[in-house]
Amino acid sequence: MSGGVDSAVAAARAKEAGHEVIGVHLALSKNPKKYRSGARGCCTIEDSHDARRAADRIGIPFYIWDMSDEFHENVVENFLSEYASGRTPNPCLRCNEKIKFAAVLDRAKAMGFDGVVTGHYAITKESENGKLLFRAVDPLKDQSYVLAVLNREQIQGAYFPLGDTTKEEIRKEAAARGLTVANKPDSHDICFVPSGDNAGWLRDRLGSEPGPIVDESGAKLGEHKGAYTYTIGQRRGLGITVPTPTGEPRYVLRIEPKSNTVVVGEHESLAITRITGERAIWCGLAAPAEKLRGFVQVRAHGDAHPCTYWSVNSQSDLIAELDEPVFGLATGQAMVIYDNDRVVGSATIAGTE
Amino acid sequence: MPRVYFDNAATTPINGVALQAFVDQARELGNPSSLHGYGREVRKNVEEAREKIAGLVGCEASEVIFTGSGTEANNLAIKGIFWKRRSENQMRRVIIISAFEHHAILDPVHWLAEAEDAEVIEVPVTSDGFINMEFLKSAIENRGDEIALISVIHANNEVGTIQPIAEIVNLAENHQIPVHTDSIQSFGKIPVSFSELGLFAMTISAHKIGGPVGVGALILKRGVDVTPLLHGGGQERDIRSGTINAASIVAFASAAQTAIRNREKNALHVASLRDALKETIKADVPDAIFNANTGERLPGILNVRFPNTESDSLLLLFDSEGIACSTGSACSAGVQQPSHVLLAMGLSEKEARSSLRFSIGPENSRSDIDYFHTCIKKVIDRARAAYRSTA
Repeated sequence: MSGGVDSAVAAARAKEAGHEVIGVHLALSKNPKKYRSGARGCCTIEDSHDARRAADRIGIPFYIWDMSDEFHENVVENFLSEYASGRTPNPCLRCNEKIKFAAVLDRAKAMGFDGVVTGHYAITKESENGKLLFRAVDPLKDQSYVLAVLNREQIQGAYFPLGDTTKEEIRKEAAARGLTVANKPDSHDICFVPSGDNAGWLRDRLGSEPGPIVDESGAKLGEHKGAYTYTIGQRRGLGITVPTPTGEPRYVLRIEPKSNTVVVGEHESLAITRITGERAIWCGLAAPAEKLRGFVQVRAHGDAHPCTYWSVNSQSDLIAELDEPVFGLATGQAMVIYDNDRVVGSATIAGTE
Repeated sequence: MPRVYFDNAATTPINGVALQAFVDQARELGNPSSLHGYGREVRKNVEEAREKIAGLVGCEASEVIFTGSGTEANNLAIKGIFWKRRSENQMRRVIIISAFEHHAILDPVHWLAEAEDAEVIEVPVTSDGFINMEFLKSAIENRGDEIALISVIHANNEVGTIQPIAEIVNLAENHQIPVHTDSIQSFGKIPVSFSELGLFAMTISAHKIGGPVGVGALILKRGVDVTPLLHGGGQERDIRSGTINAASIVAFASAAQTAIRNREKNALHVASLRDALKETIKADVPDAIFNANTGERLPGILNVRFPNTESDSLLLLFDSEGIACSTGSACSAGVQQPSHVLLAMGLSEKEARSSLRFSIGPENSRSDIDYFHTCIKKVIDRARAAYRSTA
C-alpha cells in the first residue's frame, strides 16, 4: 500500500472478496528523507501515514516492510548502471520484477500468504496453463506494460483487483468507501528521484564529464555535460547552434558511453523496423517456437504496433519486426509483446535497426 | 482467537480504581491554580496525590514536579540541569550517559551536543547489559569539574537489567555532580527510593504502572533549580508551566499506590510467568538465545534472539495469532531499526534484528503462556522461511 488511492481500493476489494488481507507499505529507503522529502512519492512519511489510515479504514492489519537494501541494490543501482552504459532504464518495471513480485511475494508466501495484491490496472485470467496476464479495461490506465516483466510463477502469485474498472470509477469507489486518499493525485515521477529532476539526480551520482555532440559523419557540432542525460529521440535541449543544411531539427540518434559521445541526426535516421530484446520473460505460456503475429509496445502508454515476433538464443532473446517503422527507441526500455489483449512477454531493448 | 498482551513495557492496562479516580476528578470543575473555592477543591486533590506519590517514591512532596509525560520529565532533567549547571560554570559541558539509554534521554543529550556544544560521553555496557563502572569511574575522575550531569537508566526498558544507581551516585558525590535516573520501567516493579539512592533527579511515568498516558513526574531534589523547558504560569515549582492536569495526577497516584501495595505479589507472579515463558521458548525453539540473561533484572522482561529470523516478521506473525510483543524501536515512518540497546551490548546488527522483547505484567496469566506455546513453532517456522526467502 503506497499511500495512494489504487492500492487502498485494491486492498478493500481483496478483503471484501473474503481473503485474509494484511496491508504492507514498503520502506524503500533506510532514511525516508534520503531520496525524497516533502513531495509525493513512495518513500515519504506522509505516504506511509496515508497507507496506515487506509488500512485502518478497511479494517486490516498494517505493517511496514523494510525493503530498502533490496530496492537500492536491484532498482537504484541498476538505474544508475544502465544510464552509465548509455541506456534508458525503466525503474518501475524493475521494481515490479525484483521487489513487489519477488522479494515481497517470496516473503509473503513464506509467511503463509497466497500472493500479493496491488493496485495495478491489469487483469489476470485463469486458463488451463494457469493464470495469464491481460490489459486492463481502462486504456488510459492500463499498466500491463509495467507488469510484463513477471514470469509465469510471479503471475500465479499476483492479484490485480482493479483491472476491470476505470480510474474514474476507482476514485468514486474510494470516496464511497470513506478512504481519504480518494482525491490524492497520481504519482508520475520516479519515486526515488527528488523533485523529478532526473538529469540533476544522475549528474550528482554519475558526474558531468563533458563530451562531443557529433553528427552521423562524426563532425563535432557541440558539447554535452554528461551523455547519460540524453535520451534517444530527444529533440529539445541539445544546445547546438549550427543549423542543419535542410533546416530540419536534429534528434539524438545514439549515445556512445565509451567515447562519451552523443550522436545526432535527422528524424529519418530514427526510423526503426526491427527491435532486438534481451532478457526475455514469458508471461505465462511457453516461448513461441516459431514466428508469430502480434503487437509490440515500446512505451508505457504508447501504441501497440503490429509486428512479427520470434524468440532466439534458447528463448532468452526476442526479435520483433514491425510492419511500419517507429521513431526514436531508447535501448534499455522494455518491448512488450501482446496477442491482442494478452501479454505474451517482454524483453529489454538491446538493439534497433 | 485469544489475545495475549506481552508488551507491558510499552504501556499497561489501566487500573480500574485509577480509571475511576480519573473520571471522578475530570468531572470536577476548577483550575487548581485558581484562588476560589472551585480551584481550592481541585488543588487539594492534586496536593494529596503529590504527597501520596512522594511517599511511594521516597521523597518530599515538594520534590515532585508533574509533567505531561516521562519524555518531558527526561527532557526537563537533561536540558534543565545542563543549562543550569553550565550557566553557573562555563566549563561544565560534559554529559555522561550509558550507551543504552531510552531515546527520551539519548535524543535530548545528542541534541544538546549538536545545538549547544555539549560533549557526550557514552559509557559502554557489558554484554550482560550492565554499565561499565570502571569506565564511568575513570571518566568521572578525569573530567570531574567539566561534568554537567550524569544520567543512567535505572532499569533498561528493552532488556530489564537494573543498573547500580547508588554506586554511581557515590562516585559522583566526590565531585558534586548531579545524577539523574530514568526510573520509568523500575518504579512500581522493584523497590525504588529517591532519598536512599541519594539522587539529584529521577523520572517516573503513570502509564507503565496502570495509570493514564499523559502524565509523568520529575522528582527533583529540594532547593535546587533547573532551567525550565516550558515558560508560562509557573504552576509546578516555577519549573514546569501549564495548567495542572488534576485528573491524570490523581489517577497516577491511585495507580502508583496499587502498584506499590501489590509490588511483591506482582513481582513473584510476573517473574514466574517470565520463567515459564522462557522454559516454553527453550523447549519449542531450542536454539533461541536469551539476551541479558544474568544479574539483577526486572521480573517482567524477556528479550529473546531467534536465530535466522527477522523480528519484524516475527512480530507480524505473532500479531496475526493475537500475541503482542515488541521489536525495539521504529523511526518516524515506521521502519524498524536494529535496537541500539542490543547493539550497545555487543550484538551484531543481524542479531539485534532477530530479537524480540516480551514484557509481562500482573494481568497476564498462565493461560497466556499455554496459548503462546500453541503458536510459537508455526510462527518461528514461517519467520525462518521468510528469512530464507531474503537470503
